[in-house]
Amino acid sequence: MIARARRHVLDVYAVLALGYLFLPIAIVIAFSFNNPLGRFNYTWSGFTFQNWLHPLAYPGLGGAIRVSLEIAFLSALVATAFGTLIALALVRYRFRGSSTTNLLIFVPMTTPEIVMGASLLTLFLNWKIPQGFGTILIAHILFNISYVVVTVRARLVGFDRHLEEAAMDLGANEIVTFFRVTLPLIAPGILAAGLLAFALSVDDFVITYFNAGTVTTFPLFVWGAARVAVPPQINVIGTAFFVIAVGGMLANVLLQNRRARNA
Amino acid sequence: MYYLAKMSLEQGLFPLFSFEWAWSNFSDAVSSYHAQFVRSLEYAGLATAIALLISYPLAYWIAFRGGRWKNLFLVLVIAPFFVTYLIRTLAWQTILSDGGIVVTVLKDVHILGSDGRLLATSAAVVAGITYNFLPFMVLPLYVSLEQVDHRLIEAAGDLYANRVVSFFRVTLPLSLPGVFAGVLLTFIPAMGDFINAQLLGTPRQYMIGNVIQSEFLSLREYPTAAALSFILMGGILVLVLIFARALGTDRLTAGAAP
Repeated sequence: MIARARRHVLDVYAVLALGYLFLPIAIVIAFSFNNPLGRFNYTWSGFTFQNWLHPLAYPGLGGAIRVSLEIAFLSALVATAFGTLIALALVRYRFRGSSTTNLLIFVPMTTPEIVMGASLLTLFLNWKIPQGFGTILIAHILFNISYVVVTVRARLVGFDRHLEEAAMDLGANEIVTFFRVTLPLIAPGILAAGLLAFALSVDDFVITYFNAGTVTTFPLFVWGAARVAVPPQINVIGTAFFVIAVGGMLANVLLQNRRARNA
Repeated sequence: MYYLAKMSLEQGLFPLFSFEWAWSNFSDAVSSYHAQFVRSLEYAGLATAIALLISYPLAYWIAFRGGRWKNLFLVLVIAPFFVTYLIRTLAWQTILSDGGIVVTVLKDVHILGSDGRLLATSAAVVAGITYNFLPFMVLPLYVSLEQVDHRLIEAAGDLYANRVVSFFRVTLPLSLPGVFAGVLLTFIPAMGDFINAQLLGTPRQYMIGNVIQSEFLSLREYPTAAALSFILMGGILVLVLIFARALGTDRLTAGAAP
């Protein structure tokens, strides 16, 4: 009886914790339908579809989103390529400085973003590189590589090297083996790493803020807007991104579950 | 190439106006912004502790009761964080605002005085930090709890340990790597955060991140800002090394990878 009660205590607690996680999101979604009276979208003042019909109506918003997407795409692409190669090198070979590299990979992940952003800014100032699209891109590639390495390496650690040896025994050379055996097997890890990098890049504010110059990404736009007004269009974009990302992840989980049941 | 960029990044921190071993930057920085450093430690420590209290039961519940839906619950934990950081924090502004529901309820039950408010207080800032870094706590905890061998808990039961004892003697010690990783992953970004203090607090709640941010971008006092970043980084590095020593780098890695 008491055991059962305790069991329910834990259930209730978990549901409350999940509720806490989702409360702000519910607010964001609800207020994307708000029809704000003033410039601030804080109090509920009427339901409207207007924001959803014209999500880019707010000046500057469309351009900021495009910059964000471009940087996210490019930085995810480059970081995934480099990160995968670094992960392969780290798992497969022991070379001079490999343990140092191993540690350095974690530097961007264990450094507060503000220190990363500040040190990159100092670097760019020292080298007299003007801040803008290029510096944002470099910064994003830099922090994304770490996450890619960690994700791909996790996949590589469980990798069965005998499969490669078997391919070689069957007459494949190293290049063919890599493209026909190694790459397909670690592809899910690479894909996951790429998606993670994309999401991190779109979401990044602090590092971008330090290195953006006059270029505006979506988070920078929100930051700038928050000082003078909070247009509901921001909520619309936030909600749309949320729905796409979470929809994709849920579909993936449900698919895996179904597959697991059938197997 | 990557290596080179990283190395220069470490060095890029030093005062750049003219390099003359200006150690006074460091002592000046410490003496002027002592309060913000201490406040950052307090806020980050408090937020980490609260996040642990919220996350541990949740991670435990997902790992042991989730069954076939574990992955679904994990997605639910991560999902809110696909809304941009700033928008989430702005949503907390709405929730905690003076006419908002939380303030109204707290006033009705007289926890909060009639002229009390939540926005622009330390509580709001800590709440914001706790919320924003919660998944960094839940995920490592989940990973380590998931790996706990259930047979060990059954064995404890067979040896006449009751559920509370077996939790504290078996489950909790086995999940400690996750606790350490989670604490680290929450505490480090929390120390450097300035967004919550800026959006949910006032200058009286400003943390060291706010100082670095304004020294760098508004006042353009690069040497001071660099010294501050360096102190922050150094302090955190010491903590990381202590944790890494205690756990071994590999286990830290396993906890960090989602």
